[in-house]
Amino acid sequence: MGVALTRSAQWTAAGYGTRTLEITPLNEVILKEIVMFVESFIYKHPQEAKYVFVEPLEWKTNLDPSAFESGYIVSETTVKSEEVDKDGQPLLFLSVPHIKIRSLGQLSRLLLIAKDRKLKEAQACIEANRDPVTKILGLDYNTVKEDTSTVNILDKITKDEDPESEIKMKVGMLLKQLDLHLLNHSLKHISLQICLNPTTVKNDIELLKHFSGKGEQTVLESIDYTSDYEFSNGCRAPPWRQIHGEICYVLVKPHDVETLCVTCSTEGVFLNGGKTEDEGEINYERKSEIYKDLVTFLKEKSAKFSENMSKQRKREERKKERKEKEKKKREKKKNEKKKREKKKRKKKKGEKKKGVGEGNKSKSKTKQNKTKQKRTTGEYLLILCTLSPLASPGSCPKSAEKIEEILSDSSSENEEDEEPPDRRQEANADLPSEYWQIQKLVKYLKGGNQTATVIALRSMKDFNLAQETCQLAIRDVGGLEVLINLLDTDEVKCKIGSLKILKEISHNPQIRRNIVDLGGLPVMVNILDSPHKSLKCLAAETIANVAKFRRARRAVRHHGGITKLVALLDCAQSSAKPAQSSLYDARDVEVARCGALALWSCSKSNANKEAIRQAGGIPLLAHLLKTSHENMLIPVVGTLQECASEENYRAAIKAERIIENLVKNLNSENEQLQEQCAMAIYQCAEDKETRDLVRLHGGLKPLASLLNNTDNKERLAAVTGAIWKCSISKENATKFREYEAIETLVGLLTDQPEEVLVNVVGALGECCQEYENRVLVRKCGGLQPLVNLLVGINQTLLVNVTKAVGACAVEPESMMIIDRLDGVRLLWSLLKNPHPDVKASAAWALCPCIQNAKDAGEMVRCLVGGLELIVNLLKSDNKEVLASVCAVITNIAKDQENLAVITDHGVNNDKLRRHLAEAISRCCMWGRNRVAFGEYKAVAPLVRYLKSNDLSEDVDNCITIHENGNGAVKLLLGMIGSSDHDLQEAAAGCISNIRRLALAIDKARYT
Amino acid sequence: MSKPNPFLSLEFSILLPPTHFFLDPTPLSHTDFSFFTFKKSEVECLIRLFHSLVERANVRLNNFGLDRNAFRAILHSVFGMTDDMLMNRVFFAFDKDNDNCINAKEWVKGLSVFLRGTFEEKLKFCFEVYYLNGDGYISQEEIFDMLKNSLHQQSSEEETDEGIRELVDITLKKMDYDNDGKISFADFEKAVKEDKLLLEVFGPCLPEAKVECQQLKLVKGTF
Repeated sequence: MGVALTRSAQWTAAGYGTRTLEITPLNEVILKEIVMFVESFIYKHPQEAKYVFVEPLEWKTNLDPSAFESGYIVSETTVKSEEVDKDGQPLLFLSVPHIKIRSLGQLSRLLLIAKDRKLKEAQACIEANRDPVTKILGLDYNTVKEDTSTVNILDKITKDEDPESEIKMKVGMLLKQLDLHLLNHSLKHISLQICLNPTTVKNDIELLKHFSGKGEQTVLESIDYTSDYEFSNGCRAPPWRQIHGEICYVLVKPHDVETLCVTCSTEGVFLNGGKTEDEGEINYERKSEIYKDLVTFLKEKSAKFSENMSKQRKREERKKERKEKEKKKREKKKNEKKKREKKKRKKKKGEKKKGVGEGNKSKSKTKQNKTKQKRTTGEYLLILCTLSPLASPGSCPKSAEKIEEILSDSSSENEEDEEPPDRRQEANADLPSEYWQIQKLVKYLKGGNQTATVIALRSMKDFNLAQETCQLAIRDVGGLEVLINLLDTDEVKCKIGSLKILKEISHNPQIRRNIVDLGGLPVMVNILDSPHKSLKCLAAETIANVAKFRRARRAVRHHGGITKLVALLDCAQSSAKPAQSSLYDARDVEVARCGALALWSCSKSNANKEAIRQAGGIPLLAHLLKTSHENMLIPVVGTLQECASEENYRAAIKAERIIENLVKNLNSENEQLQEQCAMAIYQCAEDKETRDLVRLHGGLKPLASLLNNTDNKERLAAVTGAIWKCSISKENATKFREYEAIETLVGLLTDQPEEVLVNVVGALGECCQEYENRVLVRKCGGLQPLVNLLVGINQTLLVNVTKAVGACAVEPESMMIIDRLDGVRLLWSLLKNPHPDVKASAAWALCPCIQNAKDAGEMVRCLVGGLELIVNLLKSDNKEVLASVCAVITNIAKDQENLAVITDHGVNNDKLRRHLAEAISRCCMWGRNRVAFGEYKAVAPLVRYLKSNDLSEDVDNCITIHENGNGAVKLLLGMIGSSDHDLQEAAAGCISNIRRLALAIDKARYT
Repeated sequence: MSKPNPFLSLEFSILLPPTHFFLDPTPLSHTDFSFFTFKKSEVECLIRLFHSLVERANVRLNNFGLDRNAFRAILHSVFGMTDDMLMNRVFFAFDKDNDNCINAKEWVKGLSVFLRGTFEEKLKFCFEVYYLNGDGYISQEEIFDMLKNSLHQQSSEEETDEGIRELVDITLKKMDYDNDGKISFADFEKAVKEDKLLLEVFGPCLPEAKVECQQLKLVKGTF
C-alpha cells in the first residue's frame, strides 16, 4: 500500500505537522479497500496474521477500552492483547488515547471491534503512519518499494532463510498485491476525470473576446493572450512551463476589477503572480485557488462579469438568429454547470488549504497524459508513480469537452439537452446486492466464450433493467463497454442479447450519454445493415432510445444512420407482395416500425429532417401511413409531425396526399396516435390548401369532437392547435361553428395549461373573424375569460389573446362588454410589453375598440398617460409596431380633442408630424401594411390630419412620403376619387405638394 | 433466422444431375419426402451429396454411412463447429439407430432440421444434443461438462471452476422450472420459448444463420 498511499492518496497540503487525508471520494475508496483487506486478513491468511511488525503502528485512537472484550486484558485506561510475541510483549497495547499494534491479526480484530468507526480508525492509523510498509516489514523492504517488481522482494527474502522470513515474504507479497489493487482503483478513479485542453481554453477565450469591449453591456473590457505565438500543440505557454501543464496566460480586464493575469493550465484556471514590471516576464506562481475554467474564475473575481454574463444571456435570447442562439446556449449551459460544480466543490472541500507546489503540476501532467489515450497498465503505473501529494480539488474539472459537444449542436427542441449530473454510485453508499451479481455477470461476459456470454446476457436481462440501480451498476462495473464490444463481433446471439439489454438500459439519460461516449452508435448503425431482422429491430429500437439528445442524433446522421433507417422503412413495402406469408409480413412490419421509431427520435434535429427527406423517406412514410397498425402509425405520424416544421416537408405532405391518412387516423382509438395526427395537422395547416384538404377529408369533425376529452393535456394541446390553424380558413371556421366547437373552445378558456390556452385563444381569434362566431363567443360568455387572459405573461398567449379580443371588439355589442370589463385599459397597458409582437398585436386590437366604443374619445382620454405612450411608440423601429400604432393614432385622431392632446404630446408639432410621416412611409414599404392601412381605414383620417397641419408642405415629409413611391401616392390618388370632399381636397393637396417638390428636385438636378 | 432462403433451392437445382443419371441405392421411397421440409429435388441432391461425401471420407468401413470422424470433419468444415464434445453429441443426435454411423436417411433427416427445421424441430434437436445419458433430462453434471470450456482460463483453476459452477447455477435457475435440479424437455421448451436465445444455451449445435445461407456454396466447393 506504500505506493498507493504516497502517490495517489490525496493528502492535504499542510506543510507542517501531521498531514491529514483529504476527504475525497478517491481517498475514501482507498481507505475502504484497505479496511476490507485488513479486516479479512485474519481469516484469509491466519499464518501471516501472526507476523510481528518490525515497528508497531502507533496512532491516537478514539476507541474506548470498554469496547474490547475477550482476548484482551482490559483495565480502565489500558488494554493489552492476550496474544503476545515471543518476548512476551502484547501485540496490541492501548493506553488511552495511544494505541500500538504489531500484527495484522490484531489490526484485523481492532477493525472488527471498531465497527462503524473503522474508517476513522484506519484513517487515523494511516495519517499517523505515513509509511506503514516500512514499519511492518522493516526499512530494507521499504527501499525496494520504488521498483515495483516483486522479484526484488523475493531476492531479499530468500537471502535470509529462517521460516519467519518466509512469512515475512508472504506478508510483503500480500501488501504488494494490495498496493497494486489500490493503484488500479485510484487509476480508475482518476481516469474518469477529464481536464482542460488547449482547444477548450482557446474556445473559451475566443468566446469571451466576442463579448468584450468598451461599454457597460460587455462582459469584460478586454481579454488578451500574453503571447501571440501559438505552439503547434495549441499552447502558448513557453515549453518549460508546458511541462507543468500550463497552456497559456491571459490578461483579463473586467469592468470592476483591475487587470488580472491568469494562468490556464490543464488543471484549471488560476491567478498567477502577474507580469513583472521591468521585463514583462510572468510570475508563474499561483496566487489563487484553482477554478475549473475561465468563466468560473471570472465570475468569482468580478461581480460585473457575472452580472453582464447573465444579461448577455437574456439579450441573446431575443435574437432570432440561430447562431446567436447557440452561443447563448453554451454560455448558459456553462454557467449552470459551473454553478452546480461550484456548489458541489464547496460542499466537498470545506476550507481547502492553499499553496500547492510542484505536486499540482505534476499531477496535471499525468492527467493530461491520461486524457490522451488508453495506456497499458504498466504505463499507467509509471505515471502514477510520479504523483506526489497533492491538494487539488477532488472533483476535478469536468469534461470541458462535453460542453463543447452541446454547443456545436443545433436543434429546435431542448428537452433533455441538460446534461444530467453524472452520478456514479457513491462510494460510501451501500451497494445493492444486484451490483455484485451484475459485476460477476460482466466478468463472465468478458471472459467467456459465446455460450457463457449468452448465458450471462440472458441472466443479466432478468434483472430489473428499468431500475436505475441496475442500469448504473452495469455501467459502473464496466458492462457498457463489453456490451458495445459484443456488437462488434460476428456472434448474432451475443449481439441480440447485448442489444436487448442496451435497449432497456438506454431509457436512462445518463446511460444514453455513456453509450454515445463509448462509440456505441456507429456500431448500432452498422447493424442496421444486417440480414437478421430481429437484430435490425433491436438496433433501431436502441437507437430510438439513445437518440434523445442532440449529440446522439448528430452521431447517427454522421455515420449514415438516417439513410439506413429510411431503408428499413422500405422493408414492409417490398415484402407486401401477397406471395409472402403473413408471418414474414409481420416481421417486416416490425422492422419498419422500429425504423420509424428511430427516425422519430432522430427527426427532432433539423439536419436530420433534411437527411430523411433526401434519403427518400417521405414516400415511404406516406406508404406506411396506409397501414392500420397503431404501433406503426404512431412513430410514422410522429416523424412526419416533427418534420412538418420544414416547408419542403409540408409541400411533400400535401403532394403525397398524407393529409387524408392523417385525418383518417384522427378517428383512431389510440390517444397517442390522435395526438400525433393533430400535431401533424397543426404543423401543416399553415397552408391554405392543406386546411381545405383537412376539411374536404372530413377532419374538422373529429377534431371538434376530440375537444370534449380534456384529460390528456398533450393531446388537447395538439387538437386545439390543429383547430387554430384550420380555422384560419373562413370555411373551416364556419364548419367549427356547425360542430359546436366554438362553445367548447370558450369552455376551455379557463383551467387549462398555457400550451392549450395559446391554441384555444388562437382558434377563437381566427373564428371570431366571422360575425356569427363573434356573436356566439359573446353569448357563451367568452369575453370575460378572454379579457382576464390579457394580464398573462406568456408572449404567444398575449399575442393570441389580443388578437381574439380585437376580433371580438369589431362587434359594438361585444365592445361594450369589453369596455365594461376594462379590456381597453388592459390592452393599452400591453403597449408597454417588451415584446414587439405583443405591442403590435395589442395596438391592432385597440383599433376596432376605438372605432366601436360608444364614446371613444372620452374613453381614450381617461387613460392616464395613454396618449403619450402611444406617441412614444412611434419611435419604435419595428415595422409591425409602427403600422399598428399609426392605425391606432389615426383612429384616435378622429376625435378632435384627442388630436389636440396628441399634438400637445409631441415635443413640437413638426416632430410628431415627421414621426407620423416617417411611420407611414416606412410601413408602406411593406406591402401588407399598406393593405392593413386600407383595411383599417386608416389612410383617410391620416391624410386629413396631414392636411390639417399642412404636413405635406414640410419638405422632409414630402420626401418621405414620396420616397415610398407607389404606396402613399397611390392611396392618395385613390382618395381623390372618394366621395368625401374634404378628403379629396386634402389628398389632392398632398399630391400636389409632393409633385411640386419632385419637380423642384428634378429641376435642381438638371441645372 | 428461419426465413426460407430462395437460393437454397436454386443451389440445389444447379447441383442436381439429370434425373436418369440419378441412381438411388437407398430404400427411400417417394413417400418418404413428406418427412422433410425439403423439396424432392433437394432431397435428391442431398443424397447425392451424401454419397460423394461417403466416398470421399472412407469407403472401407461401410458403404452407406458416415462414421463419427468423417461427420465431425463435415460439421467442422461446413458448419463451422469447433467444440469436439458438442460435435460428438450432434453426431449422436443424427445417428438415430445408434449404429455409430449416419446413413442417408439419417443424413437427410438431420439436415432437414439443420437447415430448414421449424422452431419446434430445432428445439427438439437441441435438447437431444444436450441430454445424452438417455434419461430424458439434462442433469447438472451434463451442463457442467458442456460449459466447462466456456470460460477463458482465469487466474486459477479453482476460480474458473467456480465461475462455471456459477454459470450452471444461473442456467438451472433460469430453466429448471420444476426445481428438480435437472432440465426436462418441458423445462427446456418453456425456457426457450420465452427467449429464443436459450435455444443453443449449452453450446452451438446448429449452423449459424449466416452459415446456413453460405454453407451450400461451401458444400458445392467440396465436390
